Amino acid sequence: MAVRAAFEKNNEIGCFAKLTNTYCLVAVGGSENFYSVFEGELMCVGNRHGLIVPSSTTDQELQHIRNSLPDAVRVQRVEERLSALGNVIACNDYVALVHPDLDRETEEILADTLKVEVFRQTVAEQVLVGSYCAFSNQGGLVHPKTSIEDQDELSSLLQVPLVAGTVNRGSEVIAGGMVVNDWCAFCGLDTTSTELSVIESVFRLSDAAQPSAIATTMRDSLIDR
Amino acid sequence: MEYVQAPATISQANILCCTCGVPIPPNPANMCVACLRTQVDISEGIPKQVTVNFCKQCERYLQPPATWMSCALESRELLSLCLKKIKSSMTKVRLIDAGFLWTEPHSKRIKMKVTIQKEVMNGAILQQVFVVEFVIQYQMCDDCHRVEAKDFWKAVVQVRQKTTHKKTFYYLEQLILKHKLHQNALNIKEMNDGIDFYYSTRQHAQKMTDFLQCTVPCRSKTSQRLISHDIHSNTFNYKSTYSMEIVPVCKDNVICLSPKLAQSLGNMGQVCVCVRVTSTIHLIDPNTLQIAEVDGGTFWRNPFSSLCSPRQLEEFIVMDIDVLRNQKLGAGAGIRSNKHLLAELWVQKTAEMDGQQYHCRTYLGHLLNIGDLVQGYDFVNSNINDEHLNKMKPHTIPDVVLIKKCYDRNRRSKRRNWKLHEMDRDREGMAPNDERQYEDFLEDLEEDEALRKNINIYRDASKIAVESDTDEEGAPRVSLAEMLEELSLTDATGEDGAEMMTE
Repeated sequence: MAVRAAFEKNNEIGCFAKLTNTYCLVAVGGSENFYSVFEGELMCVGNRHGLIVPSSTTDQELQHIRNSLPDAVRVQRVEERLSALGNVIACNDYVALVHPDLDRETEEILADTLKVEVFRQTVAEQVLVGSYCAFSNQGGLVHPKTSIEDQDELSSLLQVPLVAGTVNRGSEVIAGGMVVNDWCAFCGLDTTSTELSVIESVFRLSDAAQPSAIATTMRDSLIDR
Repeated sequence: MEYVQAPATISQANILCCTCGVPIPPNPANMCVACLRTQVDISEGIPKQVTVNFCKQCERYLQPPATWMSCALESRELLSLCLKKIKSSMTKVRLIDAGFLWTEPHSKRIKMKVTIQKEVMNGAILQQVFVVEFVIQYQMCDDCHRVEAKDFWKAVVQVRQKTTHKKTFYYLEQLILKHKLHQNALNIKEMNDGIDFYYSTRQHAQKMTDFLQCTVPCRSKTSQRLISHDIHSNTFNYKSTYSMEIVPVCKDNVICLSPKLAQSLGNMGQVCVCVRVTSTIHLIDPNTLQIAEVDGGTFWRNPFSSLCSPRQLEEFIVMDIDVLRNQKLGAGAGIRSNKHLLAELWVQKTAEMDGQQYHCRTYLGHLLNIGDLVQGYDFVNSNINDEHLNKMKPHTIPDVVLIKKCYDRNRRSKRRNWKLHEMDRDREGMAPNDERQYEDFLEDLEEDEALRKNINIYRDASKIAVESDTDEEGAPRVSLAEMLEELSLTDATGEDGAEMMTE
């Protein structure tokens, strides 16, 4: 199921939230005074297995995140020049696409912590792969200008079906406008019904939302082992 | 190592339009054109109906703030004028094309099709075609307003000649026509003893007076009347009047010079005949064939006037003629005419054939034979009041002064295969043109080549040239070489283009 949402009247909810199969991080609203979590979340990247935060994250923030997340999720801080990790890395539970200039060391940490296979790639000739595509373990949405050849190549790497599309009434910053896991997607308030239907079909959200799924496909993620 | 060529063609994937779901190639707005149209109107803020001011009288359009332009419908000028009207609202868009849609000329509507481009929604360029309707609104322009208010002339040139006949004016008219000086005049009005030329600017009037001063002997007086003035900007609005008085002496007048002037002109006789008036007065002494030229300045210092009016001309018949050659002139005498021949003759009035014969000298010896008719003034039997003539010794006053040879008028006018142009003028309240005087003027032209060369003579196609040699009188005629072919271009508006083309 795909749902529309907004963070403080802002449609770019992907900047303020991180959704995985096991946890969801959201930025604290403007009325609260713990602002620095917001910064950490804006730039972090992660999946079911782990979370990578940039070096600008303070010890206190790191501690807070560690306390909040399930024990199985490893939290790792990286020294990376391209510190907006959310913009340069896109991943699901098995594969990650990264910015071609990303540090070799970060790439190794990424593979260890998130337990993913890492590919240096571009999407529609954009190096900010984290911004211009979003994918779960079921499917993926890429920049609208991605050519059919690029889509074929990317989907063979990711092993999920991909489609070119938009969010937030024509915005091509896909990851900024939505967050998605295997069962649910949240999009900006401006997202049209056409875009929602594209998202629901490519991420297979409609059939994943059956109540019976809780016992089968969701079981692995829901039960903390 | 081999170079692996990348796939040559990059096929673009279609995406769904974010609002209506139609598959479209991706664009910056990621929306189909139809949806984009509904979202944004790039012609917003551009007025769809604009008024254009048009002066009905002079058929010109107002180009704000104060210029009036005459431009045809669907012309380039009109297009630029219309575009300027909506220019201020088009600063944010790019103009691609503009053109007129046809409308009825009298519908007072001009429709312009405008194509504009504008960048909308993060970089998508949208192009739109729309129609702007211009409503023509009548507004009288300042120039026409002044004409309607009868307040349009700034300067007037009053040309006057105080004589009973208008030969000089006919000549002047032809000169003005030839030099096209009448074109600037707003109005030309015939008055008693002269013509008034009205001008919109002082410069035009000044040009006219300059022209008159170098073509005819005259004196001028300038005056101006203050209409209004602005003490703040120190501007004054005047109406100027140039009064030009032409010397009151015409061709074929007999005049009596003051003794002093006669002496200064080379000891001429005091009684002279004016043979021609151009920029100077050409005088000839019928007794000695001496000639002299008197310019305007000299005339106004020592004025003289015509002794007799042309009505007093009488017809004489030549009874006997004796050509005088090698006549000696006194010391200090001026030059003599070599176009004329001095003769002594006996004449008799044709009106009283049994009467008295008069003895006289004339400069028409080259034209006259015994039995010819000749026109002249009889000084014996006329009562002349002239200051200088009264002071002359009676025996020095000639009995008869012959002026010109008579030809058959009717036959001459029939044979005349040329004509002159006429200046359009306002003859309100004036007597109709004196046919006889005009005829006189035409005859003068035939007789005097020097007069002819300054004016344009046109061939009269309505008269078939009768080239018969029955002209036993040998009356002078205008040769075909001197005539111009009249070019009459009649275009759709019925306007006669001849004036323009005969440069």
